[in-house]
Amino acid sequence: MNSTVAPTETALDVAAVRRDFPLLAREAHGHPLVYLDSANTTQKPEAVLRASDRFYREQNANIHRSTYRLSEEATAAYEGARETVRRFVNARSTREIVFTRGTTESINLLATSFGQAFVKAGDEILITGMEHHSGIVPWQLLCERTGAKLRVIPIDDRGDLIMDDLGRLLTERTKLVGVVHVSNALGTINPVKALIGYAHGKGVPVLLDGAQSIPHLGVDVQALDCDFLAFSGHKVYGPTGIGVLYGKESWLSKMPPYQGGGDMIASVSFEKTTYAELPAKFEAGTGNLAGAVALGAALDYVTGLGLPRIAAHEKDLLSYATGRLSEIPGLRIIGTAREKASVVSFVLGDIHPHDVGTILDQEGVCIRTGHHCAQPVMTRYDLPATARASFGLYNTREEVDALVAGLRKVLEVFGA
Amino acid sequence: MTALTDLYQEVILDHNKTPRNFRALEGATHSGIGHNPLCGDQLTLYVVVDGGVIREIGFQGKGCAISKASASLMTEAVKGKTTDEAEALFTRFHDLLTGPPDEKADAKSFGKLAVFSGVREFPVRVKCATLAWHTLHSALAGGGAAASTE
Repeated sequence: MNSTVAPTETALDVAAVRRDFPLLAREAHGHPLVYLDSANTTQKPEAVLRASDRFYREQNANIHRSTYRLSEEATAAYEGARETVRRFVNARSTREIVFTRGTTESINLLATSFGQAFVKAGDEILITGMEHHSGIVPWQLLCERTGAKLRVIPIDDRGDLIMDDLGRLLTERTKLVGVVHVSNALGTINPVKALIGYAHGKGVPVLLDGAQSIPHLGVDVQALDCDFLAFSGHKVYGPTGIGVLYGKESWLSKMPPYQGGGDMIASVSFEKTTYAELPAKFEAGTGNLAGAVALGAALDYVTGLGLPRIAAHEKDLLSYATGRLSEIPGLRIIGTAREKASVVSFVLGDIHPHDVGTILDQEGVCIRTGHHCAQPVMTRYDLPATARASFGLYNTREEVDALVAGLRKVLEVFGA
Repeated sequence: MTALTDLYQEVILDHNKTPRNFRALEGATHSGIGHNPLCGDQLTLYVVVDGGVIREIGFQGKGCAISKASASLMTEAVKGKTTDEAEALFTRFHDLLTGPPDEKADAKSFGKLAVFSGVREFPVRVKCATLAWHTLHSALAGGGAAASTE
């Protein structure tokens, strides 16, 4: 990350951090809420709630359109958020920061627009075996439209990409590589820098799905040299319905608009329409203005705490949870990659994850159960589903203990 | 733990562990595939209907305790019934899980199926308990389309 991050000498003051998140004070089924589903969506700090509220109370007007002062202020807030995003991912210019509804829309935008410009029958898109459905289906739709082929980098039993297969899979037919930085289902942190370097060696651009990495590791787009980056606001303590597509200007300027409408044009006549400059070219219609402003507040909040401190805290939780969960008879952790983010997927004997989830819920413990929108990963490990605990900056070791106690209750109910 | 022990009653745990009629049937006249996209549960149902009566029924698949036990108990409940009786039972069973609580008094008339009345307190699990029944409905209708809880 750049030089604006907070010092790392002191550990994260989790008790103070928790007070920033009003929802964490609530109860569930008569127990203190134990929220272990931040890989799904994160809770929101006061700073984010206030930013959204303030926008509607004090700054709300449509942007880029009107001459009055209020609209100028709304525009400044929105464009200020874009600058915050630029700084957070260390992009060269705000022209490279496109606001979208989230990671899914970012990838759909890319698949549609990049696909229209650069992909034809016989070409290939290379993705990994641990993509979220949003990193698979938009490319399948593109392949259906164009006759291109989808190729997949396989994963091994631990949950690491089999990088040796890259030479075979990355060919002169490959037009783009899509890779998830951190797997939401397995927790694997992929060696994206090496992968990007390898792809660039063959002249192939790379999309990084940063949905899970942005809140835990951060992404420096210049250091990694990724060509595109997609992420969601709601996974980094910001609102739902707002996200980002970063793209190198050299690529974005060659790509056609994704949607047509207001704000993305330079001039319109029935004979010919010319498009606006970047990034407006990709932002048709009135976007989620308050959402963008609140996303800016979320990134400022994370930066204020310091990503390295957050990462150190989450690493401690991951290693504590991995140890405690391993004590439970019959529990098997799915995803034991060399480098992992704070996600623990597991199965408990032959007890179905949904039953695990229901019983934990009665104890106030929220985890995700199911296929995690990554069915090919489940198929890879021959599982219909897993249970998954994921940790954010506000989680504690005591909450891991609550999870462990809940799992012992599951075993009790099932007489296992 | 009251709601939980209502949900995971002994009968349900038993049928989850050792499901009855858990097999493919060679001479099935009807079959259907059920799928719950939310949790990835899948089951295949095999039915032998003769003279409008369900003579044999079996199932295979993967699922949570509720969906597996429900499939198992369903096969026991509908064997020997006419297809119309089975459909009528599905309607009543569905009402037991989703209808207003006062109908709970009627639970006794369901026999063993009454153990699923606890699912009422867990709305997200209703789909688990009804997957097998949706699949039976679609198998008997014979449309060939996979039943889905969505």
